[in-house]
Amino acid sequence: MVIYGVSFLGACYILGQLVGEFLAKWIGVKANVGGVGFAMLFLILAHDYFNKRNLFSAEAEKGILFWSQMYIPVIVAMSATQNVVVALDSGLLAILAGVIPVFMCFACIPLLVKLTKSPLNN
Amino acid sequence: MEIVINFFEKNGLIVAFVAVGIISYLGFLISKHVLKNKIPGAAVSILLGLIVAYFAGLHTGGSKGIADISIFSGMSLLGGSMFRDFAIVSTAMGASFMLIRQTGLAGAISLVLGTTVSFVGGSVIAMFFGYHDAKSIATIGAGACTFIVGPVTGAALQASSEVIALSIATGVVKSIFVTISTPFIAPYIGLNNAHSAMIYGGMMSTTSGVSAGLAATDTKLVPYGALTATFATGMGCLLCPSVFYLILEKIL
Repeated sequence: MVIYGVSFLGACYILGQLVGEFLAKWIGVKANVGGVGFAMLFLILAHDYFNKRNLFSAEAEKGILFWSQMYIPVIVAMSATQNVVVALDSGLLAILAGVIPVFMCFACIPLLVKLTKSPLNN
Repeated sequence: MEIVINFFEKNGLIVAFVAVGIISYLGFLISKHVLKNKIPGAAVSILLGLIVAYFAGLHTGGSKGIADISIFSGMSLLGGSMFRDFAIVSTAMGASFMLIRQTGLAGAISLVLGTTVSFVGGSVIAMFFGYHDAKSIATIGAGACTFIVGPVTGAALQASSEVIALSIATGVVKSIFVTISTPFIAPYIGLNNAHSAMIYGGMMSTTSGVSAGLAATDTKLVPYGALTATFATGMGCLLCPSVFYLILEKIL
């Protein structure tokens, strides 16, 4: 049944987010630390585990795939609820401090890709 | 009329499904016929969303874009962190654990480097604009990481509310700029595989910017970028008000 997939996804989400909450509490940070990341890892590992034992029906998988296809619409909704006015009207400092570091980070990516890729290929 | 408005308000989430469907349809139409598929439909739709948010914000004076118009209040639920994170997690279905493990170290390095570069960049710009105290500079620098790290750092360091507001604005500008610029910059930085996507997620830090930027570039890359990006806010909240602030204080 489709609900099994949705429920499975929901369970991974809750477990992962809770780990993120407790990890944050443990290291003394006022934000969730990687909750979504942990949830994704749980989903990948648990799905793999059940799939190998043929415990994951195609129907259940549809329950997860539906949400992954809803991803872009959710992002569109997120864009439509951003505070774009404050971003454009907040003055030069916020705009420069928001844009220039992004370019610096973009510039680092090819470098980091090169540095980290060579040992793996050998 | 009142009946209709009340009905829309009560059924916010369903109205949001319809509204997003219309925005997406327009986005894909513009992508296909006006832009001749040079910019993907998803990217145009996201951009349309931002434009809608801008005009709605001008109209209402609120901070939640179209969701401040009461009949579209459900948009803040559909576009809020719960649905966003739930949808992000679901994209992991197609991700390969092998690839993630191979890039794990690079992802971790990119997290630290991304937080550092953003903080330093933001701080230097704050100094150029005449801020001299470590608290304000660190808060604005933290805002250059994400719009959550900024206020968390500001609150921890007891920065002024004006500076905290500025750090939030900085983070929002960053998130929007990452969203818009990623599909254009992707070909130049080799952002077309899981390895570079994980590094990109760590470097850019902002979950909303990364998830929207990758959605506009190539949906296959979303799980890899999102995986590292979701650790970045925690990393920023950990480093900015502590290590980075202390270093900054020493330098000044």
